[in-house]
Amino acid sequence: MTTTVLYTILSLSGLGAVAAMILYAAAQKFKVYEDPRIDQVEEALPGANCGGCGYPGCRQFAEALVKADDISDYYCPVGGNDTMKEVAQILGREVAEQEPKVAVVRCNGSFQNRKRTSIYEGPSSCAIEASLFGGETDCQYGCLGKGDCVEVCDFEAIFMNEETGLPYVIDDNCTACGACVDACPNNIIELRKRYKKDRKIYVSCVNEDKPAAAKKACQVACIGCNKCVKVCPFDAITLENNLAYIIPDKCKLCRKCVDVCPTNAIAEIGFPPRRNKRRNAKKESADQEQSKNQS
Amino acid sequence: MSNNVLTVSPSPHVYQSTTVRKLMYGVVIALLPTLAWSVVSFGIGAIIVTLVSVISCILFEYLIERFLLKRTPSITDGSAMVTGLLLAFNVPANLPVGIIIIGALVSIGIGKMSFGGLGRNPFNPALVGRVFLLISFPAQMTRWPIPKGFNTSYVNAQTGATPLGMLQEKGEATVSKVMESAPSYGDLFYGQMGGSLGEMAAFALIIGLIILLYMRVISWHIPASIILSTGVFTGILWLVDPTQYADPLFHLLTGGLLLGAIFMATDYVTSPMVPKAMWIYGIGIGVLTVIIRVFGSYPEGVSFAILIMNAFVPLLNRYIKPKRFGEEVQHG
Amino acid sequence: MLKTFTKGGVHPAENKITQDKAIEKAGLPKKVIIPIAQHIGAPSSPVVKKKDQVKAGDVIARSQGFVSSNIHASVSGTVAKVDHVVDASGFKQPCVVINAEDDQWADGIDTSDALVKDIDASAEEIRQKVLEAGIVGMGGATFPSHVKLSIPEGKHVDTLVINGVECEPYLTSDHRVMLERAEEMLVGIRLLMKALGVEKALIGIENNKPDAIAHLNEWLGDDPQIEVYGLKVKYPQGGEKQLINALLDREVPSGGLPLDVGVVVHNVGTALAVYEAVQKNKPLVERVVTVTGPSLTHPTNLLVRVGTPVGELIEAAGGLPEDTGKVVSGGPMMGKALKTLDAPVVKGTSGILVLPQKWAHREKELHCVRCAQCVDACPMGLEPYLLKQLAERERFEDLEKNSVLDCIECGSCSFTCPARLPLVEYIRYGKTNVNQIIRNRKQQ
Repeated sequence: MTTTVLYTILSLSGLGAVAAMILYAAAQKFKVYEDPRIDQVEEALPGANCGGCGYPGCRQFAEALVKADDISDYYCPVGGNDTMKEVAQILGREVAEQEPKVAVVRCNGSFQNRKRTSIYEGPSSCAIEASLFGGETDCQYGCLGKGDCVEVCDFEAIFMNEETGLPYVIDDNCTACGACVDACPNNIIELRKRYKKDRKIYVSCVNEDKPAAAKKACQVACIGCNKCVKVCPFDAITLENNLAYIIPDKCKLCRKCVDVCPTNAIAEIGFPPRRNKRRNAKKESADQEQSKNQS
Repeated sequence: MSNNVLTVSPSPHVYQSTTVRKLMYGVVIALLPTLAWSVVSFGIGAIIVTLVSVISCILFEYLIERFLLKRTPSITDGSAMVTGLLLAFNVPANLPVGIIIIGALVSIGIGKMSFGGLGRNPFNPALVGRVFLLISFPAQMTRWPIPKGFNTSYVNAQTGATPLGMLQEKGEATVSKVMESAPSYGDLFYGQMGGSLGEMAAFALIIGLIILLYMRVISWHIPASIILSTGVFTGILWLVDPTQYADPLFHLLTGGLLLGAIFMATDYVTSPMVPKAMWIYGIGIGVLTVIIRVFGSYPEGVSFAILIMNAFVPLLNRYIKPKRFGEEVQHG
Repeated sequence: MLKTFTKGGVHPAENKITQDKAIEKAGLPKKVIIPIAQHIGAPSSPVVKKKDQVKAGDVIARSQGFVSSNIHASVSGTVAKVDHVVDASGFKQPCVVINAEDDQWADGIDTSDALVKDIDASAEEIRQKVLEAGIVGMGGATFPSHVKLSIPEGKHVDTLVINGVECEPYLTSDHRVMLERAEEMLVGIRLLMKALGVEKALIGIENNKPDAIAHLNEWLGDDPQIEVYGLKVKYPQGGEKQLINALLDREVPSGGLPLDVGVVVHNVGTALAVYEAVQKNKPLVERVVTVTGPSLTHPTNLLVRVGTPVGELIEAAGGLPEDTGKVVSGGPMMGKALKTLDAPVVKGTSGILVLPQKWAHREKELHCVRCAQCVDACPMGLEPYLLKQLAERERFEDLEKNSVLDCIECGSCSFTCPARLPLVEYIRYGKTNVNQIIRNRKQQ
């Protein structure tokens, strides 16, 4: 018995040693030299492999960073400025501070606001529906509601609201990687500047139709009346193709535009309820108008 | 102008009437002659085995889909019933209920659901279950009852060797010696031999084949290629040495060859898509079956042969493409 | 044995309920909406503006480039606007909207019913008149016909094939044209033969139209140049590649044109339009449209002006039934579902099919069971189940290798799939993206 055990141990150990020597020799012979800094940079990156930086994965981003001479244009939206500062330290270069952004869905054409005029039965994909039919409503620009944006999000930051038929973004999870922006065939989602307390002011519409057609299709459409452009004290609003657009960098969140919009197309998110009686009255009458139209 | 809200969808706007469910029920109908004959021959045992198998398969599919996969159960598409029936036809009529249930669990759970459900499994689920049972419960799975009509008892049925078993056990004796005690061709054709529920009655299986072809459930390529290749290979062996090797007709009528060729190998999900690939698949099954029967240590090889060829199907599908319209004359 | 094409094909229920209904002339619409892009190729450019007075047959948009087509006013009246109007799919298309007044035709157009049999025009003149008259493929493809009559250098044509197959279920407009306007159509065929310089023409007709086959044979008598062939009924025999395969046993190469096998194919409606253009100076402004459906009270074949809103056609067929679920422009296999009944009839509209609720909805989709029925059905020898999988996973390079661009989108695969998979949509999605990739590749 003992001899069996002895022979077993000896032969297996011998095999193991031979195998180890072969593997070591192969590892040495076929070794590829990699800049050790790539590993260091990859450590500092979040490891989400989301593609928000423009590269297929964090490792490729790390390689690009190490290779580049000037990394001030490179930005990881998931890690943000903190991660970029760390990377800059490792590589001994400078990075510019970038503004944090968040994804914003610029459409308020819910089932209540935008009547469905046809029933779509086909593959449940926004891209396919957008190419074949202009959606189930009279607004061909608006959200199709099939959730291509929800599918591509790696960070569980966007979900479909079953009651309204529109997606909603969870700001805390959103890393502004841009996947949903690319997925939306109607370019409804935009990466906009993050303000404090997650406040937002934006034109919640991408409809470029003439006023009559836009309003007929959706009650809260932007009709391009120009009132917001005129009232903005900071020149932050432009109007093109019957559609207003609020430039994030210039907007100071004063909300004058929200007051004057006749169709309530400009969304204000994250503000406390108004104390101004006049503003309240106008908002109330607009809400009443809406509920009258629905019944 | 209308107030109707119209439905829009991409073309086409009509369908032909066959659905997956109709195809599955077509298979069930084709299996009925065999089922009827096995009940007549094996009695209560056949009924119990079939019922337990079918009900367990459907139940396991429902439970797994509802509680593990958390999606709408799809038991109405009929595929679980077909798996249950085919599993039952592959086991002896005196198999204890517990073993059947385990077989159903393996067939559905491992053979089908672990891959995601209908359409996603690479191996034939009923065969996965059957082979699992054969290897785990070899004693129970090789005690074949002799058909004694409807009054055959269930667990205490009198058992005997199958014709292939006799061939396997012949040892030094010649084939003709074995043939003296083996059932005659007539008996083989009409199912008067020991065996599993589904493999005995050649005539019932052939009726099933005609039903399947008539209802356009399967195409003729796979059954034809398996039967032809088995016949040719065993024919060659028999011509070389008739004392050692049984003749082709014997091989065709015994064992699960006809059951396998008509019902098991033609399973949609695990068989190739293009006729040329189907021929290669069928020839592979035939050759492997004969090799296992003649040179291997198992008396019957169809189940293993089919499972092995199932593994090759993705490769066949990838490299054997149908001939495209306008392919030969290249646009230049 | 009747001929048919060899690969694939399916047999949808024929439902030719309007095949015995003679062509009725539809009443003049109150206004017409004429899109300026009714054909394959570059959209035309409008040459009229708001408030202009036009007569029926006046040019209202000129073709832009070789593969393009002229558009003519189909009624006389005042141009209401030249603007974007929402079309049948919900997208805005540029259109010319004309409010109809009287029924005056432009000068030089012969609107009588007299048959003009003698052919005086030369081949070049015929081509020019076809170009001027804005004739496009009337089978539904809407490819500008003059392009098909201009044979490029190095190519050679020996046979003209006339497509009288009408393989789509429900549609009967070509059938009625062959029965009621056979003489004019035959003159049109001779005009096409002269323009192409061929001595032989074959008319392919499916065997479910025995009266049309008999009627044409009667008119042709012993004509050595034109022959009528009855073909076994199978969808999609009307596809030009399949028709050429059935009649002449030639296979158009992958990525090629019928020209590569020496054939040019034209629809019977196109032949009739060519007759009217060359012999009567009448541009393409009206066509026969089958208005059909199981619940309609008065399904019929109507001769309508291009630009008539679809709703008016349905009114003429007895009004929209209560149980309507879907309205399709074209046949049930390849037709496009309409979002609104305000959409206009265009040059390629061969039929309007009104489907009741019970047939308007898609059935539940299962997972592919790998039954290979789609592979058997595909007339182009493709593997639709594989193309769908690749398109879903956006593997466009693999799609190109699997010849997705050969797909003629006939719908046979989706029709036959027992699991009710939406095969054609995914293949279309794949084709769009592969074409985009090829375009990008060429640019680099």
